[in-house]
Amino acid sequence: MFDLFARVFGREDASKDVAKERLRLVLVHDRASLSPQALENLKNDLLKVISQYLDIDDQGFRVDFSRNDDAMALVANIPIKKKAGRML
Amino acid sequence: MGEAIVITSGKGGVGKTTTTANIGAGLAQAGKKVALIDADIGLRNLDVVMGLENRIVYDLVDVVEGFAKLKNALIKDKRFNENLYLLPAAQTRDKTAVTPAQMRDLVTAMKEEFDFVLIDCPAGIEQGFKNAVAGSDKAIVVATPEVSSVRDADRIIGLLEAEEKHHPLLIVNRIRPSMVKKGDMMDINDMIEILAIELLGVVPDDEFIVVSTNRGEPALLNAQSRAGEAYRNISRRLTGENVPLMKLDDESAGFFGRLRKIMGIKG
Ligand SMILES: Nc1ncnc2c1ncn2[C@@H]1O[C@H](COP(=O)(O)OP(=O)(O)OP(=O)(O)O)[C@@H](O)[C@H]1O
Ligand SMILES: [Mg+2]
Repeated sequence: MFDLFARVFGREDASKDVAKERLRLVLVHDRASLSPQALENLKNDLLKVISQYLDIDDQGFRVDFSRNDDAMALVANIPIKKKAGRML
Repeated sequence: MGEAIVITSGKGGVGKTTTTANIGAGLAQAGKKVALIDADIGLRNLDVVMGLENRIVYDLVDVVEGFAKLKNALIKDKRFNENLYLLPAAQTRDKTAVTPAQMRDLVTAMKEEFDFVLIDCPAGIEQGFKNAVAGSDKAIVVATPEVSSVRDADRIIGLLEAEEKHHPLLIVNRIRPSMVKKGDMMDINDMIEILAIELLGVVPDDEFIVVSTNRGEPALLNAQSRAGEAYRNISRRLTGENVPLMKLDDESAGFFGRLRKIMGIKG
């Protein structure tokens, strides 16, 4: 009963949604045979390489798997720092 | 020429053996000639679930090693006329006692005589799995609505693909409609969406399964069992019939609904 109460007032997600979200994440890593730690290393390496050519904003730097239907992709978002006073 | 179907899951204890026994019973009741192979060598179970444990003389390994003839090792289940047979697993050997090639030959030979050969796969992804899938034409993946089970099912689907067994079918076992309704259990659509495979059927969590297993009688023989009904539907689908998914809202019908059901009044 308390469970239902908490849920009605939006304090807790339905546990099946938590399950789905967790599954989605583990499966992405399982399917790619890449652990979260390995992905972290990949990210750092990527950052190092690209930084040799561009001035990257490493706060906004994101690398993640994305899946639609059958295909899986590694999607990177790499914001570049603005040079003072100039539009990119 | 019959069809060989392996029942697999990755994770242990999700209902492979229960499913094999009940689909076998369902197909046999529908007039098909069916053989069940217990491929769980070293941990045989299908014999006790079927209630045939006292009639074992020879087992799968005896047949593969040429020590016994197939027809002498097969146990006939007398409840199903001449339609249902079991080839038990060896209990004192392990998975390495047979090879995938030997299993393929055995299953191919059995398909000559039976309309359906159902293979009960052991849990895991090692040789036991490879043996069980070797001779199969089709795979059924059993999963319960839990994170660990679905994750293992996904792994198994990948491994089936690697063994060139394409388009496996999903059975979701032990669904509890009242929990689904509360949002505390993944529903069928969640699971199909995540696993991206075709649904063969949904089996509710049902106390009759425990009772049937105690007695050594497939739940399908019990007209009151919802799981039995689900397995009957699944068997009919396997013979090519188009059977809609059964409604699973009984459990949540509340006290009066349940009372009506107990008293046999249709609501
Ligand atoms: N729909 C169901 N409702 C209630 N209980 C069930 C249901 N399906 C299976 N069970 C119970 O779950 C347990 C495990 O089932 P079963 O032995 O069929 O699983 P399994 O996948 O073959 O296990 P293993 O991996 O050890 O071979 C048994 O006690 C069985 O009675
Ligand atoms: Mg089993």
